[in-house]
This record gives sequence, C-alpha cells and structure tokens, in this order.
Amino acid sequence: MILAVASGKGGTGKTSVVAALAAVWPAGAVLADVDVEAPNLHLFVHPVPESSEEVGVETPVVRAERCTACGACADLCQFGAIALLGGRAQVFSEMCHSCGGCFRVCPADALARGSRVVGEITTGRAGRHTVVTGRLRLGEAMAPPLMREVLARAIALAAGRDLLVDAPPGVSCPAMTAVEQADAILLVTEPTPFGLHDFQLAHQAFAPLGKPMAVVINRDGLGDAPVGAYCRTHHLPVLARIPYSSELAGIYARGGSLAEDPVVRAAMEAAAGALRA
Amino acid sequence: MREVVILSGKGGTGKTTLTAALAHLAGGKAVLADLDVDAANLHLVLHPRVHDQEDFVSGHVARVETSRCSACGLCAQVCRFGAVRMGEGGTAIVDPRRCEGCKTCVALCPEGAMRFDPRFCGVWMRSHTRFGPMVHARLEPGGENSGRLVSVVKQQARLWAAQLGRELILADGAPGIGCPVIASLSQAHWAVLVTEPSPSGLHDLRRVAAVCARFRVPMAVVLNKWDLAPDTAAAVEAVCAEQGWTFLGRLPHDTAVPWAMAQGMAVTETDGPWAQAVRAMWPLLLQKMDSQGGI
Repeated sequence: MILAVASGKGGTGKTSVVAALAAVWPAGAVLADVDVEAPNLHLFVHPVPESSEEVGVETPVVRAERCTACGACADLCQFGAIALLGGRAQVFSEMCHSCGGCFRVCPADALARGSRVVGEITTGRAGRHTVVTGRLRLGEAMAPPLMREVLARAIALAAGRDLLVDAPPGVSCPAMTAVEQADAILLVTEPTPFGLHDFQLAHQAFAPLGKPMAVVINRDGLGDAPVGAYCRTHHLPVLARIPYSSELAGIYARGGSLAEDPVVRAAMEAAAGALRA
Repeated sequence: MREVVILSGKGGTGKTTLTAALAHLAGGKAVLADLDVDAANLHLVLHPRVHDQEDFVSGHVARVETSRCSACGLCAQVCRFGAVRMGEGGTAIVDPRRCEGCKTCVALCPEGAMRFDPRFCGVWMRSHTRFGPMVHARLEPGGENSGRLVSVVKQQARLWAAQLGRELILADGAPGIGCPVIASLSQAHWAVLVTEPSPSGLHDLRRVAAVCARFRVPMAVVLNKWDLAPDTAAAVEAVCAEQGWTFLGRLPHDTAVPWAMAQGMAVTETDGPWAQAVRAMWPLLLQKMDSQGGI
C-alpha cells in the first residue's frame, strides 16, 4: 500500500504523524520524504544514510555551429527557456520544464542533451524502515521532477512493503504530485480556522482523484473550528485525535516522536491498523 | 516604496498571524498582499470586502479534437508528463491535471487534432480591509502556475501602492523554498523569516535564508513560540548570530494567539504577551529597514 500523508496547511503535523505511524507500523516499511523544499522527516526518524546522489533533469544545450537561428525552438517553448539572441538560440536552463519539445522541432539537430541538477536523493535505514529523502537544490523553483524521482525510487525499494509518503503542504502541483500514485490519502489537520480552511481546500483538490481518504486531527482542543463536523458531512473517517498539550509540543520541539506518549501511541496503533485494513 | 515578504520555510510557524499583526500596526499605511495563493489564510483574519476580481488565466492545456484524431499515438509517445494516453475508443485522451502546457503534442500532431486552450488557474482580487487595501488570490485546488499568480498579485499590489502613494507593501508568503517563494522574493526589499524552536523550524530556516541570500534579499529572523523549548530557542539564536542574520526578536507562546485567530482578529487587536512583543518589535523592524537599506 502507498499511503500519502498530506494536509493543505503547513505545520499541522504531517511529518510528526508519519514518524509516529512508522514507530508503531507492524512491519518494515519504506518512508519517503517528498516535501523536498523543506524535508524534515529525517529529523524525527534519524536514518543512517547509505547512499546519496544528485538528480538532474534534461535541458537543451545549443550547438552554436549548427544553429540556423530559425526560431522553431523559441516559438515552441512555453516557459521562456529559449530565446533568439545574437543570431542564435540561447537557453535559460532554470526556466526549462524538460518537456523535450525543442529537440523534436529543431530542423538542424542543433540541440544537444544537457542537464540541470534539481536536487539530491538520500537513501538510508532507520531500524526496520528504509528512508528515502529528496532535497531540492537551493534556488531551484520546480519541485515535482525531483518528487517524482523520489517516489519512483521509493516504490522500487518497497518491493511489496508498505510505503508511507510525507507530502508537502498546499494544494497546487507539488501536493498533487505527492498523492497521485497513492492508494490512500491521510489528511492531517488542526481545529483552527486556518486548519479547517486549508483542510477543505485539500479535500476539494484530492477528491476528484477518487482515492480513499481518512483524517488525523492534531492539536485537538487548540481551537473549536468544526473539523469533526466537516468530516462527518463528507464521510471522512477520523482515525485519530492527538490532543493539544504543552508536553507533546515539548516532545516535538526537541525532535522526539509523538509515539513516546502512551495515549498518542495507542491512537497511532489503532490508526495504523485501520489504514492497513 | 518598500516591499516586505514574510516567509518561513517550514509551514505553520506563524507567518499569517505575524503578517496580520504587522498590518494592524502599520495603521492603514501599507498595501497588504497574500502571496500564499495556494492555501491563502490572511483573509480569515482581515475579512476583505472584494472591490474587484479578475480571472487568472495562465498557460495552456492540450485538448483532443476527436473528429480529427487518427489515433496514431504520437502525442502519447512524446508527452513527458504522462498526460496523454490512447483511449479504448481509438482516440487520444488528455488528462488536464497532468498536462504541463508544453505544446509539444500540439506542434507534432500530424492531423492538427490537438487544440491548445488557455488554462483557467484561479482568480485574483483587490479588496478593502480594516487595515487598508489588500490584493489576494485563490488558486484553483490542484491548480498550476502558482508562481505566476504570485507575480500577478505582487505586481497589482505595487501598482495600487503607487496609485495610493503608500510607502509599504506587507506580503504574507508561502511555505517552502520553491516556485511561489522564489516569485515572492523577486524585487522584494526585505524578508522577515518566522521560525520556531524545533529541529524542523531551524532546518527549514537555514534553507529559506540561503534562498534569500541567493536572490540578494536582506532578511531578519523572528523566533515564535520561543518559550516552548528555551534550549532549542537559544540554539536558533546562536545560529542567527553565527550566520550574521539580523535577529528581530522572540515572541512567546500565548493562548491569545489561537483565541484571536478563532475570533478572526489580529493578535495585536487583543492584549497579551505575544501582542506586546510584536508591538515592541515593529519600530525595530522599520528602523532596521531604514538603517540597512535594501536593494
């Protein structure tokens, strides 16, 4: 099973929930951190790194001697990554979406295949679990290509084991990329106006995918926004409620696992059982 | 005109809460912008009355004109995004959610059967709030082009500030360090980075600070909820000192914060230790911006 843990609003506790689920998961699993802009899962599960490698995406490189400045590539490119300057095509690699269209429309075979590093993927072990982490290169704008590569590695490594995916916040392309291959989505929210608002957005964004969804309410008691009522109306099962307490906030602040708390541990065991069923 | 963007790297550290408080303290003299177009929350505190609204149409999406499709399969073969597949009915089918709008299939289709429709990605609005004018937006759930929408909101905020003669733009940013954050830093004068005393908060602060440095935007750090973990808070401050980052101050954990949020109020409209700390910080932020300039 591939389970994506997502939220809409940032900071609701996605990573804490993935770490707590991992602590009680009955079998060895693969944990994939695809929040490549701000990857934090390693700070909670402390994997021992085994390998690390850069990930690149394909971008064109102009062979000046062949370019006839016909402009076909620049006309096609929808992302402003190629312009005609000084009598030949010039590439702005940072803008390139790696669609490959320019190679196909160039009539003079004047584009060679180069690459742009978008980030790195680290694989390691944390006890019974394999942990795959993507880190976006600082200054790189596009997260989805690296996220897809992290997911592809994690799926290959899972080989029959369950895969828990720590997704980025939001509801735009990175969040959609994180959940598109999942069998089920676990939404983590908090009962505050911001939490409820973004939870509704996430539910609306993910519902058309037709995947089963369930909910963990974190910091239960922090506010009184009607998250539970929204879940009942939309038939979203609430698998666990994690209470709001300064003890739990303290555990979190020192990088501990919420599963250290016996009440949360029991709630996560029940949630893990329900998710696996 | 000065443009200040509130960022954090990690989500949920208090960007929107701080932006709303600063908007209040600016006393109606700033133009406000919500650049977290993907999961916007500032309107939940500022309750904007929408003055005008425009569709945000950006990029394109491929669509098959089935009567012309000869089912040759070239489009599905060339699409790098898995957005085109051959349907059982014998024609190509585009999944608009996956379509990147790259036009490759449109350009290569031998039958000219691929249309290229403008893509509706959301709306942007100009509004009035009790703290002054505000520009904000709503990206379609699951939508594309959030960076371009951020640029539109920024541009509109600048235009409006120029028309009204306002000297300050206060902008609430998105979490992360990717496309919307990079768009929000473009031509910004200052970034205020809100962090919290946790390993994640510090880790992501380092990443967003590095991105600010790369785009040459001066920044100042605010440490929120510091008393939840005083030791970690001290470690965060030590990192700021070591890196030479301007440290603006600490804000305490305060139950007035969630209370104000539940009431739809800025925390500075109530009283308590958090509100007092932000009031003390506000002149310091203005002074730092004056003394250290900006771009």
